[in-house]
Amino acid sequence: METSSTRFPANVREAFADQQLQRALRNVPTGFIKKRAAARDRLPEFDRLRDAARDIKNHTLAHLDLYLERYVDKVEAVGGSVHFCTSADQARATIIDLCKGLGARTVTKGKSMIAEEIDLNTALSAAAITPVETDLGEYIIQLRGEHPSHIIAPAVHLNKDQVEADFRRVHSHLPRDRVLEEASSLVNEARQVLREKYLASDVGITGANFLIAETGTSIIVTNEGNGDLTQTLPKAHIVLASIEKLVPTLEDVSTILRVLARSATGQEFSSYTTLSTGPRRPGDPDGPEHYHVVILDNGRSNMLGTQFQDMLRCIRCGACLNHCPVYQAIGGHAYGWVYPGPMGSVFTPSLIGIDKAGHLPNASTFCGRCEEVCPMRIPLPKMMRAWREREFEAHLTPQSVRWGLGVWGFFVRRPALYRLLTGIGARTLSAMAGRRGRLKSLPLAGGWTAWRDLPAPSGETFMAQWKAKKP
Amino acid sequence: MKDKRPRVGLFVTCLVDMMRPSIGFAAVRLLESAGCIIEVPEAQTCCGQPAYNTGDRKTAADLALAVIAAFEPYDYVVAPSGSCGGMIARHYPLLFAEGSPERARAEAVAAKTHELISFLTDIMGVEGVDAAYSGKVTYHDSCSGLREMQVKAQPRRLLASVKGLELVEMGEPEICCGFGGTFCVKYPEISNDMVDKKVSDAEATGAGLLLAGDLGCLMNMAGKLKRRGSAMQARHVAEVLAGELAAPAIAEGED
Repeated sequence: METSSTRFPANVREAFADQQLQRALRNVPTGFIKKRAAARDRLPEFDRLRDAARDIKNHTLAHLDLYLERYVDKVEAVGGSVHFCTSADQARATIIDLCKGLGARTVTKGKSMIAEEIDLNTALSAAAITPVETDLGEYIIQLRGEHPSHIIAPAVHLNKDQVEADFRRVHSHLPRDRVLEEASSLVNEARQVLREKYLASDVGITGANFLIAETGTSIIVTNEGNGDLTQTLPKAHIVLASIEKLVPTLEDVSTILRVLARSATGQEFSSYTTLSTGPRRPGDPDGPEHYHVVILDNGRSNMLGTQFQDMLRCIRCGACLNHCPVYQAIGGHAYGWVYPGPMGSVFTPSLIGIDKAGHLPNASTFCGRCEEVCPMRIPLPKMMRAWREREFEAHLTPQSVRWGLGVWGFFVRRPALYRLLTGIGARTLSAMAGRRGRLKSLPLAGGWTAWRDLPAPSGETFMAQWKAKKP
Repeated sequence: MKDKRPRVGLFVTCLVDMMRPSIGFAAVRLLESAGCIIEVPEAQTCCGQPAYNTGDRKTAADLALAVIAAFEPYDYVVAPSGSCGGMIARHYPLLFAEGSPERARAEAVAAKTHELISFLTDIMGVEGVDAAYSGKVTYHDSCSGLREMQVKAQPRRLLASVKGLELVEMGEPEICCGFGGTFCVKYPEISNDMVDKKVSDAEATGAGLLLAGDLGCLMNMAGKLKRRGSAMQARHVAEVLAGELAAPAIAEGED
C-alpha cells in the first residue's frame, strides 16, 4: 500500500477538520475500554495468561525456522500447498497466479490486514478478478473506496448515517422506502447482498490469526461467521498470513485465545473460532477442493534479533489503538499506512523505513497506556524510543530539533552557567508576565501559546532561593 | 551521637527550579516533617528526558552520570515528579551496557530514587498531613507517576487527611493530558485536543482546584484552563499537602 505517513502533520490537521470523523471517534473508544476492563476483572489469572502468551511467542520466534518447516510439512501432508513470499510484489503475483490457474472471476475475502499490506484488491481488480469483502466493516469501506482505519474495526471512523447513505447509493436494486436506521437492519441488508456473492465466488481468501505448526492448521477468529462461508463455499481457499503468525501447538493457541478476545472486544471468546486443515477430504460434507497458504515476510525476518523483535509477538487485538489518546484524537487514517496506533508506530517503520514513517514513533507522549493493556506485553513506548534513537543516529531528526537540543545540552552539562541562565530567564519571563502570572504569547513558543497560556515563573529560581536561605 | 534520620537528596527538577519554586519548598517541608534531612546538590540541572526521548542517548547518558555522581552520597533521592523520578529509577540503568561499572552505579541510584508522595507514604510511613483546604479538588494521575512509579493510592490517601478537602474523581483520571515533553510543541494540534478533553473532564467534576504530581502536566492543564477562561485553578499536590498556598495557583494572576 502507498504511504502518506510522511505527511502525518497534514493528515492530523485534516482529521481535526473532519467533523464526521470526530463524531465517530467520540462514540467508539469508551465501549472497547470498558468492555476490556470488565473482561479482565472477571478473569483473575488474566495477567498470568499474558505472561504465558508472551512466553509462547518468544519461544516460537526464537525457533521460527524450525516451526515454519514443521508447519509446511504438515500442510503438505494433508494435501495443501505453502508459498513463501519475501515481498508484497511476490505475494500479489503468487495469489494472482493461483486465482488465474483456478479460472477465478470472483473472489470473496475475509478480513485480512496482510491483504491490505500488499494492496491485494487493487492487484486483483487489475487482473480482471473481482474481490468482494465479506466482513461487514471491510464491505462498507470497499463500497467507499477507503482503507481500514482500525485493525479489528475497519469502519470505526464512520457513523451509522454515513453507512446508510452508502447502502442506499450502492444497493439501488432494493426498495427505496426500506427502513435502515438501526445497525441491525444495516447488518441484515449486507448479509442479504453478500449471500449471493458467496455462491458466485470461485476462490475464498482469508487471513489467519494463527498458524499451528504441530497440525498444519490455520485459524481465523471472527464475530460474523463471514470467514467460514468465505473459506468453505468456493472451490479453493487461499490463506494469506505472515511469518509471525506461527504458534507451536493447539494448546498454545488456546492460551493466547484466552487473552485475544478479552483484549480486543472484551468478549471471553469471539463468536467464531474456525480451524482449517488442508482441503476437503474424501467423505467431508463440505470444504474447498484446493488449499493454499501464502506466507509473507515483507521485512519481518529483518526484525528478528533486533530491538524490534518483540513487535512480532503482536496478535492484532487492537487494544493499544483503543486505549491510545493519540489514536482517539486523530483516528487511524492519519497514520498514513496499514497499521495505525501504537503497534503501527513501531511496526510501520520496520516495514516501510524510518525515513518514511519517522513521525509515527514521535507522535506519542509515552503515556504508556498501550504497554499497560497489551496482552502480549510488548514494550511499545520503549520501541518507539528506539526508533527515535535510530532516527537521531541517522541524522533524520529535524535540524531545528537537533540544534535546540544541542544548545540545551551545552548548558545543562554546565551547572553554574545553567544557574545563571535560568535565573535570568525566570526573572525576565516573570517580569514580562507581570501580575498576570502567565503569557498569552512568546516568541519561539508558538507551539505552546497558540493553544494555551504559558504559566510564568514566579521570580527567583528554587536553587537561588535555597542558596540564599542556607548559610 | 550520629543522626539516624535518613539523608534525602532532593532532585528539584528543572521545571520546579525555574517555574515554580514553591513546589520545591513544599517538598522540603513535607520531607522534613516526615523526619528526613534534606540536601539539595548544587550540581543538578535536568534528568535528561528531553535528550532521551528525542533519541539522543549520548547526551542523556552524560546527564545521567552527572546526576548519579551528585546523588550517590544520599540514602534516598526524591523528586516532586513521577516523570523525572521515573527517568532516574526506571530508565537510567538502561542507558549503560549491562555489566559495566556505570550500569551498577545507575542501578544503585535507581533503587533509592522515589517520587515524593509515594516516598512519604511507602518509605517514611506517613499516614496523614497537618493541612487544611476547604473545597472540592480533583486529581490527575500523571502517566509516568502512575505507570512507571505506581503512584495512585498514595496521594489520595494523604489528601483524605487534609481538613475540609473533598476529592471528586474525574471520569478518566488516568488518561494522558497531552503534555508529553516536547510532544506538546511538536504535535500541538493533537496535544491541544488531549488537554482540551482533560480539562473538560476536570471541570465536569465541579471541583475548584485541579491537582497533580508533575509540573509539566500542570503547566499544560493550567495553561489550557486559563486560555479557556476557566475559574478552575491548578496546583501541585505537594503544595496542598504542605499547606504552601501563599503563592498564586499556577498561571494565576490579575487579568
